This record gives sequence, C-alpha cells and structure tokens, in this order.
Amino acid sequence: MDTPELVRYTLRYADDCLVLSHRLAEWSSRAPDLEEDIALTNIGLDLLGQARMLYSYACEIDGARTEDDFAFFRTERQFSNLLLVEQPNGNFANTIARQVLFSTYQQLLWDQMGTSSDAKLAAVAARARKETAYHLRHSRTWLSRLGDGTDESHTRMQSAVDALWRFTAELFVVDDLDLSMVSAGIGVDVRDLEDSWLASVATDLREATLSMPDHHQQAGGGRDGRHTNHLRPMLAEMQVLQRTYPGASW
Amino acid sequence: MNQIRQAIESVCDPEIPVLTIVDLGILRMIEQTGNDITVTVTPTYSGCPAMDTITEDIVAAATRAGARSVEVKTVLSPAWTTEWMSVEGRRKLTEYGIAPPGTDPICPLCSAPDPRQVSEFGSTACKALMVCSDCGEPFDRFKNL
Repeated sequence: MDTPELVRYTLRYADDCLVLSHRLAEWSSRAPDLEEDIALTNIGLDLLGQARMLYSYACEIDGARTEDDFAFFRTERQFSNLLLVEQPNGNFANTIARQVLFSTYQQLLWDQMGTSSDAKLAAVAARARKETAYHLRHSRTWLSRLGDGTDESHTRMQSAVDALWRFTAELFVVDDLDLSMVSAGIGVDVRDLEDSWLASVATDLREATLSMPDHHQQAGGGRDGRHTNHLRPMLAEMQVLQRTYPGASW
Repeated sequence: MNQIRQAIESVCDPEIPVLTIVDLGILRMIEQTGNDITVTVTPTYSGCPAMDTITEDIVAAATRAGARSVEVKTVLSPAWTTEWMSVEGRRKLTEYGIAPPGTDPICPLCSAPDPRQVSEFGSTACKALMVCSDCGEPFDRFKNL
C-alpha cells in the first residue's frame, strides 16, 4: 500500500474521534447533572484514546510527523473529519442526537474494520468497538427519555434530530481513496453500512416516539477539508497552546 | 532477572493502587537480553490516562532493580477484557470498596445484592456508579469490557 494514502486514510477516522472528543470535553462542568458531566467526558476520553491510537499509527507509517503535529499544527482545510462531529453542542438534545447518529455509524464501522487486512487498524477497531457500544447505549437511553418525555423535551429532541440530519448522508459517501483502500482489503466500504445504520436509527427514533426527518438537502465535503463554519473556532481553541508555545509539554 | 521481574510485576495502577498490573491482566510479557528488558503490555480503555503513568512506572521500577535499558511495548490485539483480571485482583477490589467486573454485582460494604446503577460512567473510564439498595452506600463498579 502507498504510504501517504494509508496515512490519509487513517487520519480520517482519527480526526472524527478527536473533533468529537473535543466537542464532548466542552461539556465538562456544564452538563445537566453530575453523572452526565462524567458520562460525556468519559465518552470524550474514549474517543481521544481512539484518536491517539490512530494518530500514533499514522506517525508510524508517516515516519516524519508526530501526534501533536497532526492534532495541533494542521489547519481546518487539512482536517478530514465528518461535518457531523464538528457541529456545536447546542442544547443537550443536540449533543445526544449527534452522539446517537455518530455512534451508530461508528459501531458499524469498527465491526467492519475489525476484519481489515491491516493488522493495526483491525486491532484498534477491536479495542474501540466495545467502547462505542457503551456510547451508543448511553445516548440511545437519553434519546428515548427525551423523545418520550415531556412535550418540551420531545419538541427539542425532534428539532435536534431534524437539524443534524443533513449531515448524515456524508457518512456513507466514498471517494477514490476509500475505493483504493477497500480494494486493498484495508478499508471499509461505508456505502454498505447505510442500510443497517438507517434501520437502527429508525428503530431508535420510533422507540423514542420521534419521527424520521424528511429532508433531501444534504451537506458534504468534510473528508476533503471543506468544513462548516464551526470547525475553525473549535480548532483555534484546541490548538492555541501548542501554537503559542510550540512543543510545550508537562 | 527475578528481581527485575518482581519489580515490574509489582507496579500498580495509579488510579486503583491496590491492583498490580498482573492483577489487572495487562502485563503480557517480560523479555530479557542481558540487562536490556522489553516489557509488553495491553492497554485497558483506549483513553485510559493511567497507561502513560504505568509505562513510566514500569521503566522506573525495572531500572531501580538493575535493568540497563527498558522498552515498554504496547500490543492492542487481542484486546484486553475484564476477564483477564485475576481472582486475587477481584478480591482486592472488593476489599477496596469497588465491585469487581462480572455478573450480579453486590455491595462491597454490606454484600447486599441488586444494587441500583446511578450512571454507566463513573470516576474513571473503567467504572460505573452504583448505589446499594440495602445500606444506601454509593460505590464504583468495575465495568465489564
């Protein structure tokens, strides 16, 4: 396998994990209750760990750049995460909707990646899938509590799902890099995940007495570094220390 | 070698200091060539911050026991599971006030069954938060992974 290609491919999934992990960390000390504060930051911590395993693998094959280079010294255009994970936390319902939609996808992704011919990616996926199962179970419980709760919580949960829906088609789009990785037996053909994802989300929404959004307008471009306006300010905050004091450590 | 091995085997988890890395089941292999030591460990949770400290502690412990160079290798596969935790480790956890992984947790204080789960996420990535339905004691439970 061409080395730069494998690095780029690995960075996609590392970036998804890092960006969402940073979003979840923003809830620290601000969640609706103490248990939830701990839960959201725990999920963020798992994702940060997954990101680090993937970045360190990318470093290994890249041979030049470090984990910090990838996390702190790339610009918005160089981040290849999905648009869904960079969306702001919004209210608690927005955060939960984002988590259900993403964790459902991530669980299917890890299941497939677990059979990758690339031993390292397969090992990361095997480690991560058990953690993702917890994330999904937790966010699903909230989806149901809020959707099937009061009129107010139902309305907010429905609006959150509706608002994020346009970022979901991108989860299942493949480009030349994906196809080349799939044909090498390394990558996951994410198009194959869509039916299972839709079936799972539909069941969760139904159980939460919510309805399936009905939009056709869809956004994309994250894998190519074309992001929504929300990523740049997030990176500015995440990267400020390393950019001000390069190489700082403690 | 025995001294170095013993020193490595007695490194503890900084978050749960009653457990050694052997109790946790994360120490996979110790290899020696002369005074150069290679230690292989498997991380628990992906983002467990204790892993970095454990790596440093292994290097420090082996060096103190006479190793010239120490390399700590991380192996991800097969993925760590709570089934690798030793019987001794489970006993120590209970004594420490944390319910060990497994089915049907009981209160580590009064041994009453059927505690209530307050949150699936506790003070560290590996623990859930419970409350005893009999004595009311809040306690951590090591999650099954």
